[in-house]
Amino acid sequence: MDPHPDLTPEVIRGLGWLYLLLAAMNALWTWREVKRHVSAGSIAGWAVFTTLLFLVGVAHVTGGAEPEQFLIRMPEWFKSRVDQLAKPTTYFTGSLLLFVAVIWLREWLVKPTVAWVLLNLAVLFMCLSLTDYDFRQIVGKPDNVPIVSMLFIVGFFTWLYFRRAVDNDQRIAAGRPLFEQEDNDKILVWPDLVYTEMICMIALTAILVVWGVVLQAPLEDPASAVRTPNPSKAPWYFLGLQEMLVYYDPWMAGVVLPSIILVGLMALPYIDFNKKGNGYYTFNERKFSIITFLFGFIPLWIGLIILGTFLRGPNWNFFGIYEFWDVHKLENLNNVNLSELVWVDTLKQPLPVASAGASEWQKILAILLRESVGLVLVAVYLFVLPPLMAMTIFRRFFVRMGFLRYMVFANLVLFMACLPIKMVLRWAFRLKYIVAIPEWFFNI
Amino acid sequence: MSIGEYIRDSQIWKSIFRHPAPYDRRNRVVVMLTNFFLHLHPVSVKKQGIALSYTWCMGGITFFLFLVETVTGVLLMFYYRPTLEWAYNDILALRDVTTLGIMREIHRWAAHAMVITVWLHMYRVFLTGSYKPPREFNWVVGVLLLVLTLLLSFTGYLLPWDQLAIWAITVGSNMARATPFLGHEGPGAQILNLGGFDLITNASDARFILLGGRFVGENTLNRFYILHCVAIPLVVAGLIAIHFWRVRKDGGISQPL
Repeated sequence: MDPHPDLTPEVIRGLGWLYLLLAAMNALWTWREVKRHVSAGSIAGWAVFTTLLFLVGVAHVTGGAEPEQFLIRMPEWFKSRVDQLAKPTTYFTGSLLLFVAVIWLREWLVKPTVAWVLLNLAVLFMCLSLTDYDFRQIVGKPDNVPIVSMLFIVGFFTWLYFRRAVDNDQRIAAGRPLFEQEDNDKILVWPDLVYTEMICMIALTAILVVWGVVLQAPLEDPASAVRTPNPSKAPWYFLGLQEMLVYYDPWMAGVVLPSIILVGLMALPYIDFNKKGNGYYTFNERKFSIITFLFGFIPLWIGLIILGTFLRGPNWNFFGIYEFWDVHKLENLNNVNLSELVWVDTLKQPLPVASAGASEWQKILAILLRESVGLVLVAVYLFVLPPLMAMTIFRRFFVRMGFLRYMVFANLVLFMACLPIKMVLRWAFRLKYIVAIPEWFFNI
Repeated sequence: MSIGEYIRDSQIWKSIFRHPAPYDRRNRVVVMLTNFFLHLHPVSVKKQGIALSYTWCMGGITFFLFLVETVTGVLLMFYYRPTLEWAYNDILALRDVTTLGIMREIHRWAAHAMVITVWLHMYRVFLTGSYKPPREFNWVVGVLLLVLTLLLSFTGYLLPWDQLAIWAITVGSNMARATPFLGHEGPGAQILNLGGFDLITNASDARFILLGGRFVGENTLNRFYILHCVAIPLVVAGLIAIHFWRVRKDGGISQPL
């Protein structure tokens, strides 16, 4: 008997209910299409799809007797292909491409039918993936269940934003009033708001109670200071920060960058001088701020949490979603510092070191000489780039913002960019540190 | 006279609710003004300003989850003892034998949900541009509340005292060790010494203050318990009051005045 079975009777039955739920959702969707009097072909298509889902669901619920023979499962070639492709590089490139595609194709994506098809694909992908043992181990961890649902929720609300924004942008272009301004009379809070709140509270209470009954909160073995779990992970909402540890030392990834994120968020209302887009959804009127914020929130914050939660296994190695978390998986870690690239590889000489018996100052000078290239690069990045950008790409911003506001803004943008920059440098040149002074715990 | 009318006509009822039932327009206005819990709200609002597809209801949900956490948390405090001897066993008993032990499940899931809803609330406020004048400062208060929500969740993570808890807190608090100047493995800490004695050591740095020791131990459990149950909730409650008050004073939840 396989100790790690892809399918068991319970899994098959559980998936059956998921398929039936999806079938029910599509039945409602088909009904909506009927009401909207769309073409007969389209209605028939949805009806056939719903029926198929229903049959698949019934087959699951009734046919779990011999799990080894059960046919509906993720094909092995697909799984191995996905695991082969799964690397940090492909993950980030993929999420970046997706990000650009969503913004580029927003007017097409906001169509309800497109969104519905995408939702169906996502749920089907989940259902099929759940037929894999290792996938279930990661996704099914009690603490990870909220994260999976968060994916769908964040996806939904991002879609909702784009839908309202695209609508308003079209209204603005056509000179029509905004959606938020139409039918916007004052109404009484009792009953219109307090009843909504009441219903919301009751529904939430019900959801929490059901959630608490169905899913037990995690409780592992008693704490032991001598048994370190592998991987040791921070709470899930900090996993983005933990992932940054791959690229930066703790003082950057754990202290400086999180502080900058918070300062940046608090500074946001004071550096965004654009008066438009206050109190309504829009994309075109606030392109820069929206794209920057979305980039920080979706591919970086949420994206890194997903990466840290689902794709980082023992020794913080990268694992595909269908891959067994092998503690002995080996990965090359022969990263090099910029100083080595400069002195050893380019200038063909050893790293400068102070001679034995040198004074403190000579030692410091030797370290500074060793890291000179990196230090100059960092200085250029932080002190030369802001004025340079003020004269070129951010000229308009500089004029509108004034000196102080602009400097805060430019530094925040640079700090936000430093994570993707370091990632690219790591992948392209196996670069470990730009400035490496372990003597002072000062590695960048 | 029906029983309902009899009750509404009684001196006790009238002493609590100082106006007739909110069936007509006048009393629907009066109810908002005279009820302590409802007076947080204005009497009337713009229709689009409270549409669900506009607000996503995430701020309200976050607040409700905070209340759920408070109620379930207080109930859990009656049972749970934050000591090395009892912490894990109490959680175990809550799971297996205690009546209403489900409070722990609800507490934990609502905590996860609260982290997510507070993010979504910020997401919506950003996307509708509701941080723009005159609401800049309330956005800052909101960011503080976001941080405190994460800290509440982080401090609570340790309390079950299982493997998941101490190692998550160990990994998370290891960062403090690298704080520039204030952590003993942070850049600049070496500069801070007096006559050759380091001021910042592993027994005096930021991590030590956070954990109350050199590693996650009993002092940490006590410290996180106080932070989780008393210190942070008090600050959060104060900031929530300011946040709500500012929402009203800055002209409602969103949209220009």
